[in-house]
Amino acid sequence: MSLELETLPKEQTIYDQVIARGVSRREFLGFCAWIGACIGVQGAGVDQVVKALETKKRIPVIWLHFQECTCCSESFLRSSHPIVADILLDKISLDYTETLMAASGHQAEQSLQDVIAKYKGEYLLCIEGSVPLAEDGVYCCIGGKSAKSIAEEVAEHAKAIIAWGNCACSGCVQAAKPNPTQAMPIKKVIAGKPIINVQGCPPIAEVMAGVLVHLLAFDAIPELDNLGRPKAFYSRRVHDTCYRRPNFDAGLFVESFDDENARKGYCLYKVGCKGPTTYNSCGTIRWNGGVSFPIQSGHPCIGCSEENFWDKGPFYERLPNFPGFGVEATADTLGKVALGAAAVGVAAHAVMTNFRKRNEIGEQTGENAEKAEKADTAVTDDHSI
Amino acid sequence: MNASHDYQRVYVWQQPVRWFHWINALAIITLGVTGWLITHPPALMNSGEAWTSFWFGKVRFVHFTSGYVLLANFLVRIYWSFAGNKYASWRNFLPLTKAQVREIWQVLKVDIMQSSDKAVHALGHNAVAYFTYAATGLLTVFQVGTGFALMAPTSQSWIPRLFTWVTPLFGSEGTVRTFHYAGMWLFVIFTFIHVYLVFYHDYVEGHGVMSSIIGGWKFMEKHKIAAQEATGISGLPTKSRQTGSRPKV
Repeated sequence: MSLELETLPKEQTIYDQVIARGVSRREFLGFCAWIGACIGVQGAGVDQVVKALETKKRIPVIWLHFQECTCCSESFLRSSHPIVADILLDKISLDYTETLMAASGHQAEQSLQDVIAKYKGEYLLCIEGSVPLAEDGVYCCIGGKSAKSIAEEVAEHAKAIIAWGNCACSGCVQAAKPNPTQAMPIKKVIAGKPIINVQGCPPIAEVMAGVLVHLLAFDAIPELDNLGRPKAFYSRRVHDTCYRRPNFDAGLFVESFDDENARKGYCLYKVGCKGPTTYNSCGTIRWNGGVSFPIQSGHPCIGCSEENFWDKGPFYERLPNFPGFGVEATADTLGKVALGAAAVGVAAHAVMTNFRKRNEIGEQTGENAEKAEKADTAVTDDHSI
Repeated sequence: MNASHDYQRVYVWQQPVRWFHWINALAIITLGVTGWLITHPPALMNSGEAWTSFWFGKVRFVHFTSGYVLLANFLVRIYWSFAGNKYASWRNFLPLTKAQVREIWQVLKVDIMQSSDKAVHALGHNAVAYFTYAATGLLTVFQVGTGFALMAPTSQSWIPRLFTWVTPLFGSEGTVRTFHYAGMWLFVIFTFIHVYLVFYHDYVEGHGVMSSIIGGWKFMEKHKIAAQEATGISGLPTKSRQTGSRPKV
């Protein structure tokens, strides 16, 4: 499907707009190479990115906010590369977004209807936040409509949907037990549309930009993993891309946050790092323009790009609580109790055996052979098998 | 003087069964110890640089290798449950006949509750033991499935990748890990009770069950063997394998 929009004859290409804002062609090409590397295209693919940004018109975007904290938007705004915020936020044109749009009230809601009518089947729907289903969705209403009805209405004519962050992808903290508002991820609310789950709390700005550029340059949904996350950014574990990994293999661990090992930057595995089960680009792209990421700053990964990470806690323990047990109990607690019960049972059984089985045991030693034989015959008479 | 002490020597556990048992035991112990270390790494080193050591990497390597051994050994045992003698047959492991179910109750009464004196003298295992080993086999499948599923994302081999479908069933890799670790505890508890009961049977019955898993031979009074053959439980008469039906009791 082409993104050429005849409805917008005066619309400039992204390249035109960037140049008009004083960016040099050199800087523009540098950006294309950089974002191309981010989304994992080969050298030849960068050419395609350049061409797309030079020739393709802006994508109309509707960016909805439901149950969320806007940290995804915040992350995106803090992207290291000025062109990202510039072209991808200003120029992809946020036709409707509650937190950044100028219009308010009825005008805002009217603009939403206008965009849907004008770009039917062409606009990109970005959703930040989860959708509450309890009590007919009263826990999140905008303009008198529930989040669910808005999402369904806008999704109907969307070209594709991007679910930003853990809220939209898996419900995040509001969906953690006991999930009082029945907060649902977008994939459980909307069916029949391609949904790209850009996971994280929040996602990395470059990852968000990369996904948008991929959609723009290749006009196709990027390759996704089994949780709907773009493989370009979520196919490797934080653990496997972590610069502290050699400490893990060497068995050098931080024992507590204020020890010498923490100061030396040993592996955070024993203080609960979820890096070994978390798929994200923190170890490679890092945050704030590659400055750092949680582990580099001495904090274990909490696994924010994984489903239901709030319920996989505690954050600072290696062994999570075992699911299904309300009280805080790890597999070790349960195992020790079960083993203890088995030990008590075995001890009692062993004592009982020496009383109740003494005839049979005696049979072996020959002490009570006759007695045992009598017992044996007696029983055989009693029971017929 | 009396028939009860007229013993017969019976070759019960063939070589593949005995090899299976000990390789399995070794693999489970190795997996348990290394698995415990992987979950609770001891603070062996508190100084030094990462390049001087690889002990945790080695522990993981041993764990993964033992996982392959466990799987291969298990597959050989499954083959042998079709090719081996009547004591090794797969039929014993599934309590599908009334006789087996009845023996299960009887064993529970005699050996566990000790409320009955009507001892069950099994040449192979008794019905409870066979059933327990079937459950242990399921546990093995569970551990192999979850273990290889955890290995799959970072493995180049096709074997772990056969199990990639397991992780979505649990929701996340973290949950798979938790259950995989809990599986180890089930093996610990099984092993504890298993070893106790071997001591128990060896002591109470005196049929040489302890040495049978080394040499393969059991010793039993002839009249008990006759009774055993008549019931057909745990030690299927050869005929039933040909006709495909279990003897009625």
